[in-house]
Amino acid sequence: MENGKIYLSPEYEVVRSDEKCIRCRVCERQCADDVHYYDADADRMCALDENCVNCHRCVSVCPTHALKIKVSENRFRENDNWSDTKVREVYLQANSGGVMLGAMGTPLKYPTYWDKILINASQVTNPSIDPLREPMETRTFLGKKNQKTVRDADGRLVTKFTSPQIELDAPIMFSAMSYGSISYNAHASLARAATELGICYNTGEGGLHEDFYPYGANTIVQVASGRFGVHADYLMAGAGIEIKMGQGAKPGIGGHLPGRKVGPDVSRTRMIPEGSDAISPAPHHDIYSIEDLRQLVYSLKEATAYRKPVIVKISAVHNVAAIASGIARSGADIIAIDGFKGGTGAAPSRIRDNVGIPIELALGAVDSRLREEGIRDEVSVVVGGSIHSSTDVVKAIALGADAVYIGTAALLALGCHLCRSCHKNNCNWGIATQNPTLVKRLNPDYGARRLVNLVSAWKHEIMEVMGGMGINSIEALRGNRLMLRGVDLNEKELEILGIKYAGESI
Amino acid sequence: MIPLRHPPLEGQIRIPSGCAISGVFHKDGKTESGRRIIDSIALMHDRSNGLGGGFAGYGIYPEYKELYALHIFYLDQNVKQDCEEFIREHFDLANAGEIKTRNIAEIRDAPKIWRYFIFPHAYKLDSSELDEREYVAECVFAINRRFEGKAAVFSSGKNMGVFKANAFPEDVGRFYMLEDYSGYAWTAHGRYPTNTPGWWGGAHPFSLLDYSVVHNGEISSYDANRRNVEMFGYDCKLRTDTEVITYIFDYLTRREGLTFEEASAVVAAPFWSTIELMPDDEKEFYTYLRKRYHALLINGPFSIILGFTGGMLVLGDRLKLRSMVVAEHGDTFYAASEESAIRLIQPELDRTWAPDAGEAIIVKLYKEGE
Ligand code: SF4
Ligand code: SF4
Repeated sequence: MENGKIYLSPEYEVVRSDEKCIRCRVCERQCADDVHYYDADADRMCALDENCVNCHRCVSVCPTHALKIKVSENRFRENDNWSDTKVREVYLQANSGGVMLGAMGTPLKYPTYWDKILINASQVTNPSIDPLREPMETRTFLGKKNQKTVRDADGRLVTKFTSPQIELDAPIMFSAMSYGSISYNAHASLARAATELGICYNTGEGGLHEDFYPYGANTIVQVASGRFGVHADYLMAGAGIEIKMGQGAKPGIGGHLPGRKVGPDVSRTRMIPEGSDAISPAPHHDIYSIEDLRQLVYSLKEATAYRKPVIVKISAVHNVAAIASGIARSGADIIAIDGFKGGTGAAPSRIRDNVGIPIELALGAVDSRLREEGIRDEVSVVVGGSIHSSTDVVKAIALGADAVYIGTAALLALGCHLCRSCHKNNCNWGIATQNPTLVKRLNPDYGARRLVNLVSAWKHEIMEVMGGMGINSIEALRGNRLMLRGVDLNEKELEILGIKYAGESI
Repeated sequence: MIPLRHPPLEGQIRIPSGCAISGVFHKDGKTESGRRIIDSIALMHDRSNGLGGGFAGYGIYPEYKELYALHIFYLDQNVKQDCEEFIREHFDLANAGEIKTRNIAEIRDAPKIWRYFIFPHAYKLDSSELDEREYVAECVFAINRRFEGKAAVFSSGKNMGVFKANAFPEDVGRFYMLEDYSGYAWTAHGRYPTNTPGWWGGAHPFSLLDYSVVHNGEISSYDANRRNVEMFGYDCKLRTDTEVITYIFDYLTRREGLTFEEASAVVAAPFWSTIELMPDDEKEFYTYLRKRYHALLINGPFSIILGFTGGMLVLGDRLKLRSMVVAEHGDTFYAASEESAIRLIQPELDRTWAPDAGEAIIVKLYKEGE
């Protein structure tokens, strides 16, 4: 117990095959966590296991595949009640007196409802449709749909849509990740990919770097409680404006950007001093009630001459349905709901791991509620917070979503290895860092390409699954809950999801 | 009461079915009896399996043409009194009586079938602040909800009527003695459900006010459509495609004021790739309808004949997954799942053709002077 602190053994063990190692020292140069070093006397590579975050950078770059990272076998005495993690966390907090910090979505084992929902296919009475030979439509419009249909003096239908819409080629958007929490190159990759894909990415709460204004048509600009980087041009720059009321990973608190990530560029974009912590207030201090939210929605609409749809993003919490219903009547065009498994660049891990509800149940409840109240067409609904694959997208749409936000999956496509160390500014993959040498590791050309690949692949799979159901247009899938069946779910879960159990035929 | 040995009823489960449909329409308003439509649908006997058949006739009640004709199945006789009380509470009753039927071997499990010619009570209608048709529609929903499983209104239009049963259509026609009615338009349906629908309400045509739909197909957008129209107060009790299609047309034309052409462009919308090639004003028109009524796009195979006062609409799905042939002879228009069903009753035709995928064919009575 050095300095009175309890010793914590390394979580990971760096295993190197000395036989395979050619002492090239690539691992040493590539590790921003200073794990590897060369011992000249012994002519061998050594490792400081305690620094390792298991990001797999060295494993990926080692030319001879000499490296492997193992979870340490060191264990405290077996105890099903006090797991190693729980014990370690007590030690850490006893040592530091601090709040446990984490990044990315919760790693804890909560049920993933997507995996308990199965999709239908047509046969005999209704043919499946071949997406290779027939049109298969995934085009999606987000915004209010309940415009009053009117005719002009000659009796002709007035066909101008007055509510602004966001048009997407596929019902997928990249979720909010701020410049600051992620790198310039990560933003460049997202912006370029969104443009090529005909979808949108989201600036997050850190403003929009001047270089990315040309991608405005495929950008959602965010306004959060810290108002970082918000000005008139910024609001006009995007395809839509998102008011961030909450985030799934940390309901009830604001964004955190440690000062070490605030360099000159981030400082300029956010309009805050270099090196200062950017801590957004927990609430918006001009929104203490639903009427206040309405005022902000309309302020933003006024500021943009009613040309931009306004998204209100909330985290999935217990009364999410009632909140969503309030938002639908607040003038907002789109509600984005972020499930509690959603990612983050930094959050107190207790909150991340314990506050909020799963997105599947939140979506089930919100869509049902809006329909019961007859206001589903007042708003579009976008959901995020652990969409892992194309079939999660299909299930979300069939449950009632108009589109999904993907964050973690997009970062994975950029090379993220889910080491959950984003808050340290040391991301070895050049994503969640502002360190110029690390940022360079993410080439935006390749980054954009992989994002385009991922979303295109998902789109193909979505079309395939739709065709199987005998559906050739995404709107016929939206809210089509009869296309879903549950397995391993109890009555209550089925009721909230609004689906039948596998084997039931209604 | 419905005997317990019955499998789940229509409405408790969703029953897919294949079908035959047929329709005749006299644009000059000439009338004919139900004989030919029975022959036409009977020809397609193999497209139904005896578990549902029915007809709709237009212009059949000229003596009461200003009144709504309610046709009601009483599955449970005990509710008849309550139901009639409800009717009297909301409507002026001009005439009531059992619908005449013929005793035939093929139809054994008939409920009591009654007809009422009614008109909304003036003061009730006034105080409801609804328009007349909305008032009638809401009363129909109220009866069907209140007496669920015991009584069902299956026809509620003016100067039109639906006749249906759980049997082959030709037997249904004989049962209802349709040769004794005379109308300017007829539609017919023979059903091929994959399992037994259990009761008569599930047969086609499905009808609300003067709209009646006969439908062949199984739509894969069913629940997306259903959940949307239920938002506007349409109770989809039967869980059938036909019911939801009827409500969609009622909603779009009666409540949203679209024309039948416009409503057809909603339910069988052109593909975006087609819309992109259109001239600007058309592009905007179709884009508007697709965006505005996105949840009412119908996917999956269907061909329908929709009857309404003074007109008939024929429409197939956007991929043309169900057969449909239409034809003209003089002032008479024909539509059927198979051409033979038309040729049988009208061997000589001026023109026969198969409408394109998603193409709406609409015929109407000539206006005066046409
Ligand atoms: S990268 Fe591989 S081969 Fe090179 S020094 Fe590290 S472990 Fe050895
Ligand atoms: S973004 Fe970087 S730091 Fe964050 S989890 Fe992924 S690899 Fe680790």
